[in-house]
Amino acid sequence: MEIVVCVKQVPDTTEVKIDPVTNTLIRQGVPSIVNPFDKNAVEAALVLKEKHGGKVTVLSMGPPQAKDALKECLAMGADAAILVSDRAFGGADTLATSYTLAAAIRKLGAVDLILCGKQAIDGDTAQVGPEIAEHLGIAQVTYVAKIDIDGAAARLEREHEDGYEVIEAGLPVLVTVVKSANEPRYPTVKGTMRANRAEIPVWTVADLDTDPARLGLKGSPTQVRKIFTPKQRTQGVLIAKDTAREAVAELIAKLSAAKIV
Amino acid sequence: MAVKVNQDKCIGCSACVGACPFGAIEMQGGSKAFITEACTACGACIDACPAQTIVREQEARQTAVDKDAYRDVWVYMELNGGQPRSVGLELLGEGRKLADAMGQQLAAVLIGDGVEPIAQEAFAAGADKVYLVEGPEYAHYTTDAFAIAAVDLIDTYKPAVLLLGATNDGRDLGPRVACRIGTGLTADCTGLGIDEATGLVAWTRPAFGGNIMATILCPDNRPQMGTVRPKVFKKPVPDHSRSGELIRVASKVRPGDIRTRLVDIIKVCTAACNLEEAEVIVSGGRGLCKPENFALVEELAGVLGAAVGASRAAVDAGWKPALHQVGQTGKTVAPKIYFACGISGAIQHLAGMSSSDIIVAINKDPDAPIFKVADYGLVGDVLEVLPILTEELKKIRQAG
Repeated sequence: MEIVVCVKQVPDTTEVKIDPVTNTLIRQGVPSIVNPFDKNAVEAALVLKEKHGGKVTVLSMGPPQAKDALKECLAMGADAAILVSDRAFGGADTLATSYTLAAAIRKLGAVDLILCGKQAIDGDTAQVGPEIAEHLGIAQVTYVAKIDIDGAAARLEREHEDGYEVIEAGLPVLVTVVKSANEPRYPTVKGTMRANRAEIPVWTVADLDTDPARLGLKGSPTQVRKIFTPKQRTQGVLIAKDTAREAVAELIAKLSAAKIV
Repeated sequence: MAVKVNQDKCIGCSACVGACPFGAIEMQGGSKAFITEACTACGACIDACPAQTIVREQEARQTAVDKDAYRDVWVYMELNGGQPRSVGLELLGEGRKLADAMGQQLAAVLIGDGVEPIAQEAFAAGADKVYLVEGPEYAHYTTDAFAIAAVDLIDTYKPAVLLLGATNDGRDLGPRVACRIGTGLTADCTGLGIDEATGLVAWTRPAFGGNIMATILCPDNRPQMGTVRPKVFKKPVPDHSRSGELIRVASKVRPGDIRTRLVDIIKVCTAACNLEEAEVIVSGGRGLCKPENFALVEELAGVLGAAVGASRAAVDAGWKPALHQVGQTGKTVAPKIYFACGISGAIQHLAGMSSSDIIVAINKDPDAPIFKVADYGLVGDVLEVLPILTEELKKIRQAG
């Protein structure tokens, strides 16, 4: 079975700090990583390949350095990687990004399963997956924790607010994967060596059958008007007493005084 | 719109490099700023440039959309077990304000099977109109059926704005619909307003794990769409004397359109893990030491009628199923009161709960980062504190 996994290279947002003087993001020294949910998608793809055979292709749109993210996926065990990169794709919102990725997937030919992480941790939109499915005209199932493939159908467990839905879908289908789906494997030494040697093809605007008006900033209906840092919470009262009972009494007194309990 | 550096005037101070939230500016040859393809045209660098050499270039956009043909603010009323989710009512309250500010009407979109009585709730919450699409194919949410219904309504009745709850289903449906229409969608908003300069909806949302906020506009496409996080806005007080216009629209779903089949629904939990809609949440973390001790968290939650949350550490250790996880890789919550019990407060956890109204933290380490965001911090061993706290609160509840 032919599986495509869409991955994004993101700044490790847990390492991002705000400069208290200028009130802007400090990006220096923030490592770039493979979006964590995308690693769950890669792992899910590798497990399915081990069971059913086939090929796992990882696909990313981003600047040239996003090759590092693709190499990490190759080191995990993906068979092939493609980077979609061009200045013409820059500044894309989710609609233009998904349009471009869908064009790249079409170029790959027949695909049985497309996997994405449920969202990227820098933008947190969870929109690119469903929008790729719409551009390709295939079904989607989002927030999936378990994937079984039986012949030409997928059986999926989709996370819901209070449980799971078990959903069947014919192939091809696009599935977005949550963290609880699996524990992504670490690259092996052999895998890393193979990945380091791998030549990753870069597809530019010339390689894809696209309408230039739908690419990048120009093809993006949404525009960022402004960026600001949120008001930070300030520390409240800290209660430290000799015994737990005293501390609880004080906490309850304060909560009652503030009409919280 | 694109942002450009006037290279001739650039003084090479690199102030813009640090100001760019997307790392999209490089110094070329060490002396001139250069904007790379990572630019999203947010304009943060424009204000940062001391030499005023960075400007926003207006590009003439080819737009086929007749924006004046699109009127009214719509709210998608998501149903759960035949009942409206709270977020739909919250959005009707907020949508009312937007509609009034725009001088337009507010409408609810109601898609389901035998759900007409809910229209009255929409009117009571502020809707002037309800668009109702009914049929057995809508008994349970499917992407395909609901997208067909929503796109048909938009094509026919042309709203200026469409709000959806940022629930799992809302965030499944929103992008599918926005993409089919070819319009912009802003995800997971925590603030809505009207941009004074343009009269457009200003969608505000957190990004970079909550480290920054972005305000987004959708200038040239219609409808302007966004998903909005539950619990951000208050549910309006229902006015049952209100009524409105009910517009029935026939279902356009044909056999074969629905490509997924719901086989089963596994309810893992009821109220206890409905974290998104909970007024009070009690969460436990590594400080509980072992899985059995999670009972202490559950007992406190029981007394308070609260939902039960867990830190990533507790979920990874297998103490609680993933559905309970609060934080960047779990759920984002905003209850009135959040109790963090034995949770140190890693940034990933804070990203998921720091918009709670009141945070109460219990931890034995006085330097734990959770105390930096807590309104009330109690330094103590959670295993010792929780039973006493539960017992005392129980007394108060019984007395009250």
